[in-house]
Amino acid sequence: MTSGPASTSEAARGQASAVPAIRMEGIDKSFGAIRANRGASVEVMPGEIHALVGENGAGKSTLMRILGGLMKPDAGHVEVNGRNVTGWSTNEAIAAGIGIVHQHFMLVPTLTVAENLVLGCEPKTRGVVLDYKQADEDVRKLSNETGLVVAPDRLISELSVGEAQRVEILKVLFRGARILVLDEPTAVLSPPEVRELWTVLRRLRDKGDTIVLITHRLDEVVEISNTITVMRAGQTVARVKTSETTPSEIARLMVGREVSLSAGKRVQPSERPTGPQPDQGLEARNLIVVGSRGIRVIDDVSFSVKPGEILGIAGVEGNGQTELVEALAGLRPVFAGDILIDGTDITGCSVAQRHDAGLSHIPEDRHRRGLILEYTVANNLILGVQKYFSRRGIMDRNRVMENAMQEISSFDIRPPNPVLAARALSGGNQQKVIVAREMSREFSVLLASQPTRGVDVGAIEFIHQQLLDARAQGKAILLVSAELNEVLALSDRVAVMYRGKLAVLMPAAEASEEVLGEYMIGTKKGNAA
Amino acid sequence: MSASSLTQGVRPTFTAAPWRERAQEALIPPLVALLVALICGDLLILSYGQSPAAVYRLLLEGTWGNAYGFGQVLYKATTLAFTGLAVSFGLRAGLFNIGAESQLAAGGFGAALMGLALPVGTPLILALLVCMIAAGLAGGIVGSVPAYLKTRFGAHEVIVTIMLNFIVLALLNWFIAGHLHVPETLHTPEIHAGVLPRLADIDPRFHGSAASLALIVAVLVAFAVWFYLFRARGGYELRAVGLQPQAAEYGGISVGRVWMRALTFSGVIAGIGGINYVLGYKHYYEDGFASGAGFLGIAVALVGRNHPLGVLVAAFFFATLSQGGLAIHAFVPKQMMDVLQGVVILAVAMAVPEVRRILRGARGRSGA
Repeated sequence: MTSGPASTSEAARGQASAVPAIRMEGIDKSFGAIRANRGASVEVMPGEIHALVGENGAGKSTLMRILGGLMKPDAGHVEVNGRNVTGWSTNEAIAAGIGIVHQHFMLVPTLTVAENLVLGCEPKTRGVVLDYKQADEDVRKLSNETGLVVAPDRLISELSVGEAQRVEILKVLFRGARILVLDEPTAVLSPPEVRELWTVLRRLRDKGDTIVLITHRLDEVVEISNTITVMRAGQTVARVKTSETTPSEIARLMVGREVSLSAGKRVQPSERPTGPQPDQGLEARNLIVVGSRGIRVIDDVSFSVKPGEILGIAGVEGNGQTELVEALAGLRPVFAGDILIDGTDITGCSVAQRHDAGLSHIPEDRHRRGLILEYTVANNLILGVQKYFSRRGIMDRNRVMENAMQEISSFDIRPPNPVLAARALSGGNQQKVIVAREMSREFSVLLASQPTRGVDVGAIEFIHQQLLDARAQGKAILLVSAELNEVLALSDRVAVMYRGKLAVLMPAAEASEEVLGEYMIGTKKGNAA
Repeated sequence: MSASSLTQGVRPTFTAAPWRERAQEALIPPLVALLVALICGDLLILSYGQSPAAVYRLLLEGTWGNAYGFGQVLYKATTLAFTGLAVSFGLRAGLFNIGAESQLAAGGFGAALMGLALPVGTPLILALLVCMIAAGLAGGIVGSVPAYLKTRFGAHEVIVTIMLNFIVLALLNWFIAGHLHVPETLHTPEIHAGVLPRLADIDPRFHGSAASLALIVAVLVAFAVWFYLFRARGGYELRAVGLQPQAAEYGGISVGRVWMRALTFSGVIAGIGGINYVLGYKHYYEDGFASGAGFLGIAVALVGRNHPLGVLVAAFFFATLSQGGLAIHAFVPKQMMDVLQGVVILAVAMAVPEVRRILRGARGRSGA
């Protein structure tokens, strides 16, 4: 699929390939007591796709922000195309052809594609009036050159996530970027969209552009990159040719120990608790949820999750998964239908009552919902169960601390300091706080929504194991994830949500990425509900 | 953090109760604000052709330098402590109570009515308690109106409390002017029971100053607020709602109920403040006694970083400025102190994270 890295860079570029496009050396950067980079280095040759991998908090983004001029390093040396540019500004970086595509889109939703692209450098007739025609034409030309096809006159708000990302890439190319940095570009894409992105990136590389890909998905690294730089704890631990390494080797370098990549150590059916009651677990009957604009965001969905079972729900984000979980958790009103836990109707119950009925919930957005970032780890570990940690209205601080100590050691939360604000933890450890809390309470049904999003390899493995353990203990688990392979690896049955409906619901053994992928993008339709 | 040590189990440690960092974070903004205010003050005094050193000396002599002046500072600080605590209690739940002034007035009115209703020989402790409850109740009733409207209809508490200030103050004025006043005045007759001992009764050097044992009540209320916020489950939930309402909702906390509680009790606290004037100083309710104390309470809450201890300190500071204005009136206009108060408020408002967060939130909402 990929042509050899050496031949491409040679063929595509005329200049001497001895000069690296990016060379960063001995980079130090601290934020207060946190040292994000400790003598990190990276070297990217022109005309290659270079993967920058590492766990969350390994210092990848910081390094690239320094490259983009958004931050200045405390120490170290940055060279672009052989020129010393240490400590330059964003404007200088853009002028030198560095283009950073951020994880979060920075587009104006009420403007068209073309308007967004020319924002800040608009072509004008007679120096005043915006020349729309010229803008459209420029965009179309660039589209054709790169294969990033988007209609220039469409509004950003009408675009799908994949299209919006294309616009982001176009935007930096439009400003003359020859060195592209993409920060976790596939986090929000469906498998077909990812494949399209790869095609575009290969084409850009073959044109002679240099691409740095920040990611922690190893399959992507192996598929697309020519060279890999692995970072751990702010330092560069390895620089390897992709053709000379394996995913497990990279994972070991990232984490610093052996990691099992196949999450699904399936528990054999015989190990499951036998003879569950027919009405045990979680059940949704003809659930309808109406969104803010009066549209049915959940449209007549029915399913059940039995004790000792994981039902996985896949789907491109924005097809109703968020609303489904919120409705089940009591955070969003239900228009019609019933929700039952162990046979008890909880449709009209408050969040607290659902807790008492045996519902546990790992929310998809840990910064907004799952944690109170200013609260200490200890206080976050009792959110939702605070009433069990107080006596006559007074918090029992000793028990709060005891609980924190216990959860911190059994879930390996780092740094192991119960009075640290949750804000100070890395993403993976924040997620562990939530998982620890939700797994330690008494529950029979668990809603796990994007439980490993933005979490590093080590923590993913850990969280997966927790889910499988809970399943073995006879909990009913609803797993909602944008990671198709996560859904496939962990679930007993899988469903795909498409436009508020369950497009398909099948045993995981019969499902594959290809089959589910077609339901996810709607080329194959069906109604499992 | 370091991934290399992932394999070994690590025992939890209490390395950081980072007291120094927290103290720095709490103290630096008010201190910077004070410094800015001092510099502005110097310039203002110079512009009047006076020597800053002389004026500041006079200010200190007139406030902390003698027992009477100090007593006056304590009196003013007491009222400000109540309104400051009231505002900060609301802010901890993410709500801006601009209505402390009318709640304070209502509280004073309630205390006076109760003091008038009680028979002359009522035991002091009992009378004080009953009057204080009446004051808190009156303030709480005023506070519960925006609380109910917010929870039930989503009416913004800032608008409602501002409007309610006018309504409540006008109603009280009507009561006094139309029914309860001593002829030729705008105040009620003197109360029969529940008179708080003045500080001068304990130490004669305070003679003539208005400070009373309401000061002790203010400190006790501050302690109660601290205990509730940081030790009680209700406080855990209240602060959670203030910091991240969506996370609180996820945690099974009823956001509406917390709002209701926070604004109502904010009113109760401001209401109890009414005893400082009515039971401690004049022994009657007079129209307009609360004027300005509600708004200054917002400044006190912000400068005090919404912490009860900080609020007490800030109340003392603002009371000093206000009393100091009288002391230096011979040299520079006392309005200079109003300017300085304004400078302090602005400087702190820039620096206080809560304010920055609210501003950021407002911008985020309008941008979305």
